[in-house]
Amino acid sequence: MALIKCENVSIGYEGQTVVRDLNFEIQPGDYLCIVGENGSGKSTLVKSLLSLKSVEKGKIVFGDGLKQNEIGYLPQQTDVQKDFPASVSEVVISGRLNSRGLKPFYTAADKKAAEEKMDMLGIRDLSRQCFRELSGGQRQRVLLARALCATKSLLLLDEPVTGLDPIVTAEFYQLIREINRESGIAVVMVSHDIESAVEDATHILHLQETALFFGTSDEYRKSRVGRNFLGGGDNA
Amino acid sequence: MPDTLMEMFSYPFMVRAFTVGSLVALCSALLGVSLVLKRYSMIGDGLSHVGFGALAIAAAANAAPLAVAVPVVILAAVLLLRIRSSSRIKGDAAIALISTSSLAVGVMVISMTTGMNTDVYNYMFGSILAMSEEDVRISVALAIAVLALFVFFYQKIFAITFDETFARATGVRADLYNTLIAVLTAVTIVLGMRMMGALLISSLIIFPALTSMRVCRTFRSVIINSAVIAVVCLVIGITVSYVWATPAGASVVMTNIAALILYSLIGALRGRRSGN
Repeated sequence: MALIKCENVSIGYEGQTVVRDLNFEIQPGDYLCIVGENGSGKSTLVKSLLSLKSVEKGKIVFGDGLKQNEIGYLPQQTDVQKDFPASVSEVVISGRLNSRGLKPFYTAADKKAAEEKMDMLGIRDLSRQCFRELSGGQRQRVLLARALCATKSLLLLDEPVTGLDPIVTAEFYQLIREINRESGIAVVMVSHDIESAVEDATHILHLQETALFFGTSDEYRKSRVGRNFLGGGDNA
Repeated sequence: MPDTLMEMFSYPFMVRAFTVGSLVALCSALLGVSLVLKRYSMIGDGLSHVGFGALAIAAAANAAPLAVAVPVVILAAVLLLRIRSSSRIKGDAAIALISTSSLAVGVMVISMTTGMNTDVYNYMFGSILAMSEEDVRISVALAIAVLALFVFFYQKIFAITFDETFARATGVRADLYNTLIAVLTAVTIVLGMRMMGALLISSLIIFPALTSMRVCRTFRSVIINSAVIAVVCLVIGITVSYVWATPAGASVVMTNIAALILYSLIGALRGRRSGN
């Protein structure tokens, strides 16, 4: 059974449809890259997957034990966070909120889970540092650890390498690959970086209001849409 | 000096001023951390002007001031939050619009009834004599509500302050907490403004948060420090006001300015020592 299945989904703002008749599904362990130009409906789709925006038509079905509030979401960083006084451990553990319901305090299990994720991403020694004093790459790792705290099966990353330098970007992709392969956590990544996307992902969703392409990345490379978008001279 | 202090506490109005003042300062400092970090600082200022208009109308209608002002300001707070989250009207413009309108209404009402006299002065800049027994009771209830919110929902408040989108995505009912914070802010402002003054009350929301952020590096320490700074500054400010017969609101703000400068210096020294 699929973790998420989109059936004929249309999403819009005040009557204007941004995403139309979208069909795709995410299986456990998949690595799906959502690509497309600016304004192609990527961020709108992300909002609907997170249930922050309701769909106009069709439905998004969650399955295989995934609850709607158990997506490990890595949002784009906001202005508010640039000077926010919070320690790394405070940020990471806030990912555990969805598993606690109305209980007001974190338990030892929550703290242990947060520590595990920090170990996993190599940021344990930063745990007492202030979030605003970290480098861009370190911040992304902290927010990724928070996302991992929130989920057992699916990460949703919204343009995670924006503003990172090439070396840090490569390290970040490596990290996502390891998490996907070793922990079996499915990854959905919205990306501009189409070359790396095809390299790492198992599946590609090419969005342009509707799905221009949905399938495995091998098929995408051979498809007309994929060849056009990837460019280069080898599409003769 | 000790004699002066003893004498100060022998006046019931001073005891009331200290009680209400400390509790209001405590509440606005706690709420202020979240508001300042979420870039909602100006809401406090906007609400105090709405409160001014409401108090003027209440006085003109011979109604109990709090019974009129509290619901009106709560309404304005909820409205301002809604405007912030809808993108059609820019939030800062909306706040300026609402606060100047309320001020104008207040001034018109006062000039048509009692005339521009000491009442207006007291509303604008506050009066240490303004606190009644009823204010004491309401401020105790308010402080209990705010403290309960921050003890039991601390983690959720952190989550929606740091990253509202993520908090919503993981099932935190952000609208509920935002509304709760807005309502409590409204009550805090109405209670505090007759002592601090409509023009100065928002300082209680903004100063302690900014001051503690100069030095503190975790959310928890910012919250605790803000609460302590706010109460200490208020007590010093009111004492100064009593001893040197200066206006209460302005004295408290001056103390807060001093604290901000002090913390900025400490923060700068620390920054230099650790090399960044």
